[in-house]
Amino acid sequence: MPLSQLKDSVPVTGMGPQVGAYGVQDTLRSGFSSVKNELLPSHVLELSEKNFQLNQDKMNFSTLRNIQGLHAPLKLQMEYRAARQIQRLPFLQSSHLALDTLKGNDESISFEDILNDPAQSEMMGEPHIMVEYKLGMM
Amino acid sequence: MTQTFLNAVFLENAVLEAEVTKLGCNIPAARKTGTTICGVVFKDGLVLGADTRATEGMIVADKNCSKIHYISPNIYCCGAGTAADTEMTTQIISSNLELHSLSTSRMPRVATANRMLKQMLFRYQGHIGAALVLGGVDCNGPHLYSIYPHGSTDKLPYVTMGSGSLAAMAVFEDRYKQDMEEEDAKRLVRDAIAAGIFNDLGSGSNIDLCVITKGRVDYLRPHDMANKKGVRTGNYKYKQGTTGVLTKSVIKLDLEVVEETVQTMDTS
Repeated sequence: MPLSQLKDSVPVTGMGPQVGAYGVQDTLRSGFSSVKNELLPSHVLELSEKNFQLNQDKMNFSTLRNIQGLHAPLKLQMEYRAARQIQRLPFLQSSHLALDTLKGNDESISFEDILNDPAQSEMMGEPHIMVEYKLGMM
Repeated sequence: MTQTFLNAVFLENAVLEAEVTKLGCNIPAARKTGTTICGVVFKDGLVLGADTRATEGMIVADKNCSKIHYISPNIYCCGAGTAADTEMTTQIISSNLELHSLSTSRMPRVATANRMLKQMLFRYQGHIGAALVLGGVDCNGPHLYSIYPHGSTDKLPYVTMGSGSLAAMAVFEDRYKQDMEEEDAKRLVRDAIAAGIFNDLGSGSNIDLCVITKGRVDYLRPHDMANKKGVRTGNYKYKQGTTGVLTKSVIKLDLEVVEETVQTMDTS
Protein backbone atom coordinates (compact mmCIF):
# COMPACT_ATOMS: atom_id res chain seq x y z
CA MET A 1 0.00 0.00 0.00
CA PRO A 2 1.77 3.26 -1.08
CA LEU A 3 2.45 5.58 1.89
CA SER A 4 0.85 8.61 0.26
CA GLN A 5 -2.52 6.93 0.33
CA LEU A 6 -2.56 6.35 4.07
CA LYS A 7 -5.23 8.36 5.78
CA ASP A 8 -3.98 11.04 8.15
CA SER A 9 -6.62 10.70 10.80
CA VAL A 10 -9.02 8.01 11.77
CA PRO A 11 -12.47 8.85 13.16
CA VAL A 12 -12.74 7.85 16.78
CA THR A 13 -15.60 5.79 18.17
CA GLY A 14 -18.66 7.73 19.08
CA MET A 15 -20.31 8.54 15.78
CA GLY A 16 -23.81 7.13 15.54
CA PRO A 17 -25.99 5.45 18.18
CA GLN A 18 -24.00 3.58 20.78
CA VAL A 19 -25.34 0.12 21.40
CA GLY A 20 -24.55 -1.58 24.70
CA ALA A 21 -25.62 -4.92 26.07
CA TYR A 22 -28.94 -6.35 24.88
CA GLY A 23 -28.95 -4.01 21.88
CA VAL A 24 -30.32 -1.09 23.94
CA GLN A 25 -28.83 2.41 23.87
CA ASP A 26 -26.02 2.62 26.42
CA THR A 27 -26.90 5.74 28.45
CA LEU A 28 -24.17 5.26 31.03
CA ARG A 29 -21.31 5.36 28.53
CA SER A 30 -22.59 7.58 25.78
CA GLY A 31 -25.08 9.87 27.52
CA PHE A 32 -28.55 10.85 26.48
CA SER A 33 -29.24 10.51 22.79
CA SER A 34 -31.89 12.01 20.59
CA VAL A 35 -32.12 12.40 16.86
CA LYS A 36 -32.49 16.16 17.30
CA ASN A 37 -29.14 16.40 19.04
CA GLU A 38 -27.38 14.69 16.18
CA LEU A 39 -28.92 16.95 13.56
CA LEU A 40 -29.14 20.36 15.24
CA PRO A 41 -26.52 22.02 17.44
CA SER A 42 -27.38 21.56 21.12
CA HIS A 43 -25.42 24.59 22.30
CA VAL A 44 -25.13 28.04 20.77
CA LEU A 45 -21.38 27.81 20.55
CA GLU A 46 -21.20 24.25 19.20
CA LEU A 47 -20.69 25.11 15.56
CA SER A 48 -18.38 28.00 16.32
CA GLU A 49 -16.19 25.83 18.54
CA LYS A 50 -16.18 22.89 16.16
CA ASN A 51 -14.75 25.03 13.40
CA PHE A 52 -12.68 27.35 15.55
CA GLN A 53 -9.26 25.88 14.77
CA LEU A 54 -10.10 25.53 11.09
CA ASN A 55 -11.22 29.14 10.84
CA GLN A 56 -8.19 30.40 12.71
CA ASP A 57 -5.91 28.49 10.36
CA LYS A 58 -7.73 29.75 7.29
CA MET A 59 -7.48 33.34 8.53
CA ASN A 60 -3.80 33.02 9.36
CA PHE A 61 -2.92 31.36 6.07
CA SER A 62 -4.77 33.94 4.03
CA THR A 63 -3.06 36.81 5.91
CA LEU A 64 0.29 35.10 5.38
CA ARG A 65 -0.45 34.70 1.67
CA ASN A 66 -1.28 38.40 1.37
CA ILE A 67 1.88 39.48 3.17
CA GLN A 68 4.53 37.05 1.98
CA GLY A 69 3.09 35.47 -1.14
CA LEU A 70 1.72 32.06 -1.98
CA HIS A 71 4.90 30.16 -1.15
CA ALA A 72 4.65 30.82 2.59
CA PRO A 73 1.33 29.06 3.37
CA LEU A 74 2.20 26.40 0.81
CA LYS A 75 5.45 25.50 2.55
CA LEU A 76 3.79 25.55 5.97
CA GLN A 77 0.96 23.30 4.90
CA MET A 78 3.42 20.89 3.37
CA GLU A 79 5.24 20.71 6.69
CA TYR A 80 1.97 20.21 8.56
CA ARG A 81 1.04 17.34 6.28
CA ALA A 82 4.39 15.69 6.83
CA ALA A 83 4.27 16.16 10.59
CA ARG A 84 0.72 14.84 10.81
CA GLN A 85 1.89 11.48 9.51
CA ILE A 86 4.28 10.96 12.44
CA GLN A 87 2.06 8.96 14.71
CA ARG A 88 1.55 5.56 16.26
CA LEU A 89 -1.08 3.08 15.17
CA PRO A 90 -4.47 4.80 15.16
CA PHE A 91 -5.93 3.27 18.31
CA LEU A 92 -2.87 4.17 20.42
CA GLN A 93 -2.16 7.58 21.93
CA SER A 94 0.35 9.54 19.85
CA SER A 95 1.98 12.65 21.22
CA HIS A 96 1.81 14.67 17.94
CA LEU A 97 4.92 16.47 19.19
CA ALA A 98 6.16 17.64 15.78
CA LEU A 99 2.72 18.86 14.76
CA ASP A 100 2.21 20.70 18.05
CA THR A 101 5.58 22.39 17.78
CA LEU A 102 4.83 23.53 14.23
CA LYS A 103 1.42 24.87 15.18
CA GLY A 104 2.69 26.53 18.35
CA ASN A 105 0.46 24.44 20.62
CA ASP A 106 3.47 23.49 22.73
CA GLU A 107 3.51 27.04 24.13
CA SER A 108 -0.11 27.37 25.14
CA ILE A 109 -2.54 25.68 27.52
CA SER A 110 -6.23 25.62 26.85
CA PHE A 111 -9.34 23.73 27.93
CA GLU A 112 -8.48 20.74 25.70
CA ASP A 113 -5.40 20.10 27.81
CA ILE A 114 -7.28 20.21 31.10
CA LEU A 115 -10.71 18.76 30.39
CA ASN A 116 -11.50 15.48 28.68
CA ASP A 117 -7.91 14.35 28.21
CA PRO A 118 -8.08 11.69 25.44
CA ALA A 119 -5.26 9.80 27.15
CA GLN A 120 -7.66 9.13 30.02
CA SER A 121 -10.68 8.24 27.93
CA GLU A 122 -12.45 5.07 29.11
CA MET A 123 -13.25 3.83 25.63
CA MET A 124 -10.90 2.64 22.94
CA GLY A 125 -11.54 2.19 19.25
CA GLU A 126 -11.63 -1.21 17.64
CA PRO A 127 -7.92 -1.80 16.75
CA HIS A 128 -8.48 -3.93 13.64
CA ILE A 129 -11.14 -1.72 12.11
CA MET A 130 -9.18 1.47 12.76
CA VAL A 131 -6.04 0.10 11.15
CA GLU A 132 -8.04 -1.15 8.19
CA TYR A 133 -9.57 2.30 7.77
CA LYS A 134 -6.17 3.95 7.92
CA LEU A 135 -4.74 1.65 5.28
CA GLY A 136 -7.73 2.33 3.09
CA MET A 137 -8.92 -1.27 3.09
CA MET A 138 -12.35 -0.34 4.45
CA MET B 1 -8.89 15.06 17.10
CA THR B 2 -8.82 17.30 20.16
CA GLN B 3 -11.70 19.32 18.71
CA THR B 4 -14.08 16.35 18.69
CA PHE B 5 -13.23 15.64 22.30
CA LEU B 6 -13.79 19.24 23.28
CA ASN B 7 -17.15 19.25 21.55
CA ALA B 8 -18.10 16.08 23.42
CA VAL B 9 -17.62 17.90 26.74
CA PHE B 10 -19.67 20.87 25.55
CA LEU B 11 -22.52 18.88 24.17
CA GLU B 12 -22.83 16.42 26.98
CA ASN B 13 -23.23 19.21 29.47
CA ALA B 14 -25.75 21.07 27.33
CA VAL B 15 -27.73 17.89 26.64
CA LEU B 16 -27.64 16.87 30.32
CA GLU B 17 -28.95 20.26 31.34
CA ALA B 18 -31.84 19.99 28.86
CA GLU B 19 -32.74 16.49 30.00
CA VAL B 20 -32.63 17.35 33.71
CA THR B 21 -34.83 20.42 33.35
CA LYS B 22 -37.28 18.34 31.37
CA LEU B 23 -37.56 15.99 34.36
CA GLY B 24 -38.33 18.99 36.56
CA CYS B 25 -35.14 19.27 38.61
CA ASN B 26 -33.31 22.57 38.85
CA ILE B 27 -29.69 22.87 37.95
CA PRO B 28 -27.93 24.21 41.11
CA ALA B 29 -27.17 27.90 40.82
CA ALA B 30 -23.58 28.66 39.96
CA ARG B 31 -21.70 30.26 42.81
CA LYS B 32 -21.23 33.93 41.91
CA THR B 33 -19.03 36.49 43.51
CA GLY B 34 -21.58 39.36 43.70
CA THR B 35 -18.70 41.60 44.32
CA THR B 36 -16.98 44.88 44.63
CA ILE B 37 -13.59 44.99 42.96
CA CYS B 38 -11.65 48.06 41.95
CA GLY B 39 -8.25 49.35 41.02
CA VAL B 40 -6.49 52.71 40.97
CA VAL B 41 -3.20 53.88 39.45
CA PHE B 42 -1.02 56.07 41.68
CA LYS B 43 2.37 57.68 41.28
CA ASP B 44 4.67 54.64 41.26
CA GLY B 45 2.29 51.76 40.69
CA LEU B 46 -1.23 50.65 41.33
CA VAL B 47 -3.54 49.36 44.05
CA LEU B 48 -6.12 46.61 43.50
CA GLY B 49 -8.89 46.03 46.01
CA ALA B 50 -11.64 43.45 46.52
CA ASP B 51 -14.18 42.35 49.10
CA THR B 52 -14.29 38.70 50.23
CA ARG B 53 -17.89 37.44 50.01
CA ALA B 54 -19.02 34.70 47.60
CA THR B 55 -22.79 34.23 47.22
CA GLU B 56 -24.89 31.32 45.99
CA GLY B 57 -28.23 32.92 45.23
CA MET B 58 -29.31 34.50 48.53
CA ILE B 59 -26.86 32.62 50.73
CA VAL B 60 -23.29 33.54 51.52
CA ALA B 61 -21.27 30.58 50.28
CA ASP B 62 -17.84 31.76 51.38
CA LYS B 63 -17.25 34.46 54.00
CA ASN B 64 -13.60 34.89 53.19
CA CYS B 65 -12.81 34.02 49.61
CA SER B 66 -9.82 35.40 47.78
CA LYS B 67 -10.73 37.42 44.70
CA ILE B 68 -7.34 38.83 43.79
CA HIS B 69 -5.71 36.19 41.61
CA TYR B 70 -2.06 35.85 40.69
CA ILE B 71 -1.27 36.12 37.01
CA SER B 72 2.47 36.71 37.07
CA PRO B 73 4.94 38.15 39.59
CA ASN B 74 4.17 41.68 38.42
CA ILE B 75 0.52 41.27 37.34
CA TYR B 76 -2.54 40.53 39.47
CA CYS B 77 -6.20 40.24 38.50
CA CYS B 78 -9.41 40.73 40.50
CA GLY B 79 -12.39 38.67 39.35
CA ALA B 80 -16.15 39.24 39.58
CA GLY B 81 -18.94 37.07 38.19
CA THR B 82 -19.08 33.29 38.36
CA ALA B 83 -16.40 32.20 40.83
CA ALA B 84 -15.28 29.10 38.90
CA ASP B 85 -15.04 31.04 35.65
CA THR B 86 -12.82 33.75 37.10
CA GLU B 87 -10.66 31.20 38.90
CA MET B 88 -10.06 28.94 35.89
CA THR B 89 -9.72 31.79 33.40
CA THR B 90 -7.06 33.53 35.47
CA GLN B 91 -5.21 30.25 36.02
CA ILE B 92 -5.18 29.41 32.31
CA ILE B 93 -4.00 32.90 31.37
CA SER B 94 -1.37 32.75 34.11
CA SER B 95 -0.01 29.47 32.68
CA ASN B 96 -0.04 30.79 29.14
CA LEU B 97 1.68 33.99 30.21
CA GLU B 98 4.38 32.02 32.02
CA LEU B 99 5.02 29.91 28.90
CA HIS B 100 5.08 33.06 26.78
CA SER B 101 7.48 34.80 29.14
CA LEU B 102 9.81 31.77 29.14
CA SER B 103 9.71 31.74 25.36
CA THR B 104 10.49 35.46 25.01
CA SER B 105 12.86 35.61 28.04
CA ARG B 106 11.22 38.83 29.19
CA MET B 107 8.97 39.94 32.01
CA PRO B 108 5.36 39.64 30.82
CA ARG B 109 3.48 42.82 29.96
CA VAL B 110 0.02 43.72 31.15
CA ALA B 111 -1.10 44.37 27.55
CA THR B 112 -0.26 40.74 26.71
CA ALA B 113 -2.39 39.41 29.54
CA ASN B 114 -5.18 41.78 28.52
CA ARG B 115 -5.13 40.59 24.93
CA MET B 116 -5.05 36.92 25.87
CA LEU B 117 -8.03 37.41 28.20
CA LYS B 118 -10.12 39.40 25.75
CA GLN B 119 -9.51 36.99 22.89
CA MET B 120 -10.51 34.03 25.03
CA LEU B 121 -13.64 35.72 26.45
CA PHE B 122 -14.76 36.86 22.99
CA ARG B 123 -14.28 33.36 21.62
CA TYR B 124 -16.84 32.07 24.15
CA GLN B 125 -19.26 34.93 23.45
CA GLY B 126 -19.93 35.86 27.07
CA HIS B 127 -20.82 32.33 28.22
CA ILE B 128 -17.78 32.49 30.49
CA GLY B 129 -19.09 34.89 33.14
CA ALA B 130 -15.87 36.55 34.20
CA ALA B 131 -15.61 40.32 34.70
CA LEU B 132 -12.02 41.17 35.57
CA VAL B 133 -9.91 44.06 36.76
CA LEU B 134 -6.38 43.42 35.53
CA GLY B 135 -3.47 45.46 36.82
CA GLY B 136 0.28 45.28 36.85
CA VAL B 137 3.56 47.10 36.50
CA ASP B 138 5.80 46.24 33.55
CA CYS B 139 8.64 47.88 31.66
CA ASN B 140 6.31 50.65 30.44
CA GLY B 141 4.95 51.59 33.85
CA PRO B 142 1.71 50.76 35.69
CA HIS B 143 -1.32 49.69 33.65
CA LEU B 144 -4.92 49.02 34.69
CA TYR B 145 -7.54 47.34 32.51
CA SER B 146 -11.15 46.34 33.05
CA ILE B 147 -12.34 43.32 31.06
CA TYR B 148 -16.03 42.51 30.55
CA PRO B 149 -17.45 38.97 30.05
CA HIS B 150 -18.09 39.48 26.34
CA GLY B 151 -14.52 40.50 25.66
CA SER B 152 -14.44 44.31 25.61
CA THR B 153 -11.70 46.03 27.58
CA ASP B 154 -11.02 49.54 28.88
CA LYS B 155 -7.69 50.99 29.85
CA LEU B 156 -8.29 53.58 32.57
CA PRO B 157 -6.63 55.16 35.61
CA TYR B 158 -9.38 53.88 37.95
CA VAL B 159 -11.92 51.10 37.41
CA THR B 160 -14.59 49.26 39.39
CA MET B 161 -16.51 46.04 38.59
CA GLY B 162 -19.11 43.82 40.18
CA SER B 163 -22.47 44.41 41.81
CA GLY B 164 -21.00 47.05 44.14
CA SER B 165 -19.22 48.85 41.34
CA LEU B 166 -21.51 51.88 41.41
CA ALA B 167 -20.94 52.47 45.13
CA ALA B 168 -17.18 52.15 44.67
CA MET B 169 -17.17 54.33 41.57
CA ALA B 170 -18.99 57.08 43.50
CA VAL B 171 -16.08 57.20 45.97
CA PHE B 172 -13.52 57.20 43.15
CA GLU B 173 -15.24 59.96 41.20
CA ASP B 174 -15.29 62.11 44.32
CA ARG B 175 -11.72 61.68 45.53
CA TYR B 176 -9.49 60.47 42.71
CA LYS B 177 -6.50 62.68 41.86
CA GLN B 178 -3.69 62.02 39.44
CA ASP B 179 -0.28 60.97 40.87
CA MET B 180 -1.41 60.16 44.41
CA GLU B 181 0.92 58.84 47.05
CA GLU B 182 0.78 55.16 48.01
CA GLU B 183 -0.94 55.70 51.37
CA ASP B 184 -3.58 57.95 49.83
CA ALA B 185 -4.24 55.41 47.10
CA LYS B 186 -4.59 52.57 49.64
CA ARG B 187 -6.99 54.66 51.72
CA LEU B 188 -9.03 55.54 48.62
CA VAL B 189 -9.35 51.90 47.53
CA ARG B 190 -10.19 50.80 51.06
CA ASP B 191 -12.96 53.38 51.25
CA ALA B 192 -14.30 52.44 47.82
CA ILE B 193 -14.51 48.73 48.73
CA ALA B 194 -16.07 49.65 52.10
CA ALA B 195 -18.73 51.63 50.24
CA GLY B 196 -19.46 48.56 48.15
CA ILE B 197 -19.54 46.29 51.23
CA PHE B 198 -21.95 48.44 53.22
CA ASN B 199 -24.25 49.47 50.38
CA ASP B 200 -24.46 46.28 48.32
CA LEU B 201 -25.87 42.97 49.55
CA GLY B 202 -23.68 40.94 47.22
CA SER B 203 -20.45 42.23 48.81
CA GLY B 204 -19.32 41.85 52.35
CA SER B 205 -16.80 40.62 54.93
CA ASN B 206 -13.23 41.87 54.67
CA ILE B 207 -11.24 44.11 52.35
CA ASP B 208 -8.24 42.70 50.52
CA LEU B 209 -5.67 44.99 48.93
CA CYS B 210 -2.83 44.34 46.53
CA VAL B 211 -0.24 47.08 46.03
CA ILE B 212 1.96 46.56 42.97
CA THR B 213 5.00 48.73 42.33
CA LYS B 214 8.10 48.18 40.25
CA GLY B 215 9.89 45.28 41.92
CA ARG B 216 7.53 44.90 44.90
CA VAL B 217 4.08 43.39 45.45
CA ASP B 218 2.24 43.73 48.79
CA TYR B 219 -0.63 41.28 49.02
CA LEU B 220 -2.54 42.54 52.08
CA ARG B 221 -5.08 39.91 53.00
CA PRO B 222 -6.97 41.01 55.01
CA HIS B 223 -6.16 44.65 54.91
CA ASP B 224 -9.23 45.65 56.89
CA MET B 225 -11.69 43.41 58.68
CA ALA B 226 -14.71 45.64 58.24
CA ASN B 227 -17.18 42.98 59.42
CA LYS B 228 -15.81 41.17 62.46
CA LYS B 229 -18.05 38.50 63.91
CA GLY B 230 -19.24 39.56 67.38
CA VAL B 231 -17.74 38.06 70.56
CA ARG B 232 -20.12 36.51 73.11
CA THR B 233 -20.18 38.64 76.24
CA GLY B 234 -21.89 36.09 78.54
CA ASN B 235 -20.88 32.53 79.42
CA TYR B 236 -23.76 30.07 80.05
CA LYS B 237 -21.64 27.11 81.13
CA TYR B 238 -22.28 25.87 84.70
CA LYS B 239 -19.34 25.83 87.09
CA GLN B 240 -17.99 22.51 88.38
CA GLY B 241 -19.82 21.64 91.60
CA THR B 242 -23.01 23.59 90.88
CA THR B 243 -25.05 20.40 91.14
CA GLY B 244 -24.71 18.86 94.60
CA VAL B 245 -23.82 15.11 94.73
CA LEU B 246 -26.25 13.07 96.96
CA THR B 247 -25.03 9.45 96.57
CA LYS B 248 -22.24 7.73 94.72
CA SER B 249 -21.99 3.98 93.87
CA VAL B 250 -19.27 2.26 91.85
CA ILE B 251 -20.03 -1.06 90.05
CA LYS B 252 -16.98 -2.97 88.83
CA LEU B 253 -17.46 -4.77 85.50
CA ASP B 254 -15.48 -8.03 85.31
CA LEU B 255 -14.33 -8.54 81.76
CA GLU B 256 -12.43 -11.67 80.77
CA VAL B 257 -10.02 -11.83 77.87
CA VAL B 258 -11.56 -14.07 75.19
CA GLU B 259 -9.13 -13.73 72.29
CA GLU B 260 -5.80 -12.03 71.81
CA THR B 261 -4.27 -11.40 68.38
CA VAL B 262 -1.04 -9.64 67.55
CA GLN B 263 -0.70 -7.85 64.19
CA THR B 264 2.85 -6.88 63.35
CA MET B 265 3.31 -3.49 61.69
CA ASP B 266 5.86 -3.15 58.95
CA THR B 267 7.85 -0.18 60.22
CA SER B 268 10.79 -0.60 57.84
